[in-house]
Amino acid sequence: MNRTQKQSRTAILILRLIAGLVVLILAFLIGYIFITGLPNVSWRFLTSPAKAFTAGGGIGIQLFNSIYLLILAMLISLPIALGASIYLNEYAKDNWFTSTIRTAIEILSSLPSVVVGLFGFLLFVIQFNYGFSIISGALTLTIFNLPLLTRNIEEALAGVSDDQRQGGLGLGLSKYETIIHIVVPAALPGIISGIILCSGRVFGEAAALIYTAGQSAPALNFGDWNPFNIDSPLSPLRPAETLAVHIWKINSEGIMPDLTKVSSGAAAVLVLAILIFNLSARYIGRKVFEKMTSVN
Amino acid sequence: MQQNQKLAKQLMKKSKTARYERFGHLLSLSALLLIMAIVLGIIIFIATKGLSTFFKDHISLKDFFGGVIWNPGTQTPSGQQAVGALPMIVGSFLVTILAAVVSTPFAIGTAVYMTEISPKRGAKILQPVTELLVGIPSVVYGFIGLSVVVPFVRHTFGGSGFGILSGTFVLFVMILPTIVSMTVDSLKAVPKYYRQASLALGATKWQTIWKVVLRAATPGILTAIVFGMARAFGEALAVQMVIGNAALMPHNLVSPASTLTSVLTAGMGNTVMGSLQNDALWSLALVLLVMSLFFNLLVHFIGRKGAFKK
Amino acid sequence: MLNSNNPTDRFIYHFNPEETTITMQTKNLEVYYGKTLAMQHADIQFKQNTITALIGPSGSGKSTFLRSLNRMNDDVATVKGQILYQGVDINQPKIDVYEVRRRIGMVFQRPNPFAKSIYGNITFALERRGIHDKRVLDEVVEKTLKQAAVWDQVKDNLHKSALSLSGGQAQRVCIARALAVQPDVLLLDEPASALDPVSTQQLEQTLRELKQDYTIIIVTHNMQQAARLSDYTVFFNLGEAIEYNKTRKVFTRPKIELTDDYVSGNFG
Ligand SMILES: Nc1ncnc2c1ncn2[C@@H]1O[C@H](COP(=O)(O)OP(=O)(O)O)[C@@H](O)[C@H]1O
Ligand SMILES: [Mg+2]
Repeated sequence: MNRTQKQSRTAILILRLIAGLVVLILAFLIGYIFITGLPNVSWRFLTSPAKAFTAGGGIGIQLFNSIYLLILAMLISLPIALGASIYLNEYAKDNWFTSTIRTAIEILSSLPSVVVGLFGFLLFVIQFNYGFSIISGALTLTIFNLPLLTRNIEEALAGVSDDQRQGGLGLGLSKYETIIHIVVPAALPGIISGIILCSGRVFGEAAALIYTAGQSAPALNFGDWNPFNIDSPLSPLRPAETLAVHIWKINSEGIMPDLTKVSSGAAAVLVLAILIFNLSARYIGRKVFEKMTSVN
Repeated sequence: MQQNQKLAKQLMKKSKTARYERFGHLLSLSALLLIMAIVLGIIIFIATKGLSTFFKDHISLKDFFGGVIWNPGTQTPSGQQAVGALPMIVGSFLVTILAAVVSTPFAIGTAVYMTEISPKRGAKILQPVTELLVGIPSVVYGFIGLSVVVPFVRHTFGGSGFGILSGTFVLFVMILPTIVSMTVDSLKAVPKYYRQASLALGATKWQTIWKVVLRAATPGILTAIVFGMARAFGEALAVQMVIGNAALMPHNLVSPASTLTSVLTAGMGNTVMGSLQNDALWSLALVLLVMSLFFNLLVHFIGRKGAFKK
Repeated sequence: MLNSNNPTDRFIYHFNPEETTITMQTKNLEVYYGKTLAMQHADIQFKQNTITALIGPSGSGKSTFLRSLNRMNDDVATVKGQILYQGVDINQPKIDVYEVRRRIGMVFQRPNPFAKSIYGNITFALERRGIHDKRVLDEVVEKTLKQAAVWDQVKDNLHKSALSLSGGQAQRVCIARALAVQPDVLLLDEPASALDPVSTQQLEQTLRELKQDYTIIIVTHNMQQAARLSDYTVFFNLGEAIEYNKTRKVFTRPKIELTDDYVSGNFG
């Protein structure tokens, strides 16, 4: 064996070691989250309200808030992202206007989420006077979510064969009808995966929310579903600390006696949710595709 | 001829379909313009707020970027306004650069392993795991930093355990999956025949990786690193949880320090809108924004320089 | 290699409009992709209830010509000159392209069923035009699928996804879909190129039957197909119509040498 071959062997061995070390770190990370966290997760933990000064509190309200904010943010951002991605993929010509807009979307997607949160704070909390509230949080999350969701949907649309568009136009339909009724349904598997992946990101976001949805989770009356009552879970004007914000909040305050237990439980729930989002994105996308092409 | 004119009339009538088309076109355009307006809005709002420290409160750029004492609203012993943002700026750059320096060899090594050495194992285990880790919320990284990294640093180096070192470590783990997955993409984009040609010329596997594959993928890898740095620079909560939040010039890596984001998140709730204390915080936000734009520019620049010639 | 050919060396047959019903006709047509001229010199009349084949080497402008006829090129090309449909110039800004495309239907090279049921594929355009009466729709589905000669194969599976059909069946469903909006011209761009020989035969038979009710213009790279199927043939080369005549004449006694070379397989 000559020198270069030896060198090659050594280098590859080092690469294997590095990869192995990274695997160890990643495995430790995931293992740590689940092993320390899951024992603290119980039905009671998931459903009961938090306690600030005594041990034994849960994450029920925060979990509800996270889900509610996620749904609202998705409902608001989906039509906007869909419209924008339709324009970009189907109408936009290759000119300065399009490239300016693409740059703007890139800028938005790489903006630190704390900056997005501060903008939401200025605009929704202060200027519009919505205060620390669900609605401020949902609108801020929408801004946070728009660039990635737009890109994901655009990718799904770009994956649809041009033959489909030609088919629609050839029947005398407008481009828009063709897009909405043919291209978008054909892109549905990709669009759904994109939405679910974005959901994971939104679900875990905290920095954009601490000054918009707020850092407190007032008690909710789960018997009252009238959104106009302030203690109704649906009320858009109540402050709403989410799960992710909760983890940050109790750890920075350091008052809660069992904060490590609660945080690790909450972290496990968050990561589990992300894991489910990731897996289901693929699974549901594939199922939808199979359904669309199925024999029955 | 008469029939002809009737047909002409029918064909010239603007159909319902044509109206749909106009409507749909405008609707999708307005969604796009809304996003554009949001981006402009963010830049204008934060720039206006951030600049008022200098224009309304008449703080000099020198005091802001050069001062080392941060306590807006009070004066330094030497009689200047205590709006020195240098400690935070240094803190942000330190954690970002250190995290990138540590991450890069690990990320490249892992990515090379995944694409060149053991693609099967890479695709089966490492790929899904990195994808999952890219998606893990930063508060979770922060929490683990707080409960594992900070105590570890405390035991090993003494002190409180909070500081640049802990921040770096948390960010290293956090941006690692991002850089790995983007590097993997750019390695995969290197055409197969590059490798085959190199091996056919008698180069060893390592020579092929080092001289051919990595070289061809360099722009993509640089982009990945810049993305990782942008993420590190803008990360707020994970860093804030482990850095100690003392707005002091960092003297060593294990003393409490702060970053732009950590001071921002900690301070924004405790100041009154329009006050100097508040304006100064917005100036920090503006620095963050400008840096984010800078990273964007860098990515564009690298992309333009290194576009793959096929 | 073809540059030596004198560009005015052309033979274009012209009908006597007094005796023949001309459904479509092009005059001074010029098609530009950006600034490049891709098609010119193609003053062709299409006789009602006939099949006209467009042949020629690949890249000779057949698709460009065909797609101009129902303004499918609007987004990608600039089309100058006149396109007369029953005497009306449809290449004017005032014309509603959607109505034009409804009357001049198109079937494409690759079968392109929508991600809907077979039934939904056919009724889709009608529903978009406000027809929701189930009885009417049922009737259209049955009629057009019969016209396209796939009714027997799919009638028990009308609500199955059209994406599950074989190439030949899918292409027929696409023809039925085009017929559903009641066009009177049918443009087909190499509709059999993705099909096996048996499906191709069946498709040709279907087109022969459709000729009773429609004027058909078909692009094909297959000269046997053109010879078997069409009444008239246009030979394109380098973006120009070189010869237009009765199919039999084009294939047996071409007037232009270039045509002769092409149909006897000497180039292309
Ligand atoms: N969308 C397009 N953009 C630019 N050039 C095109 C486009 N479509 C076709 N062309 C060009 O126009 C010429 C004629 O093409 P086409 O009509 O597709 O030929 P055919 O159908 O006979 O193969 C070719 O040179 C082709 O490259
Ligand atoms: Mg063609």
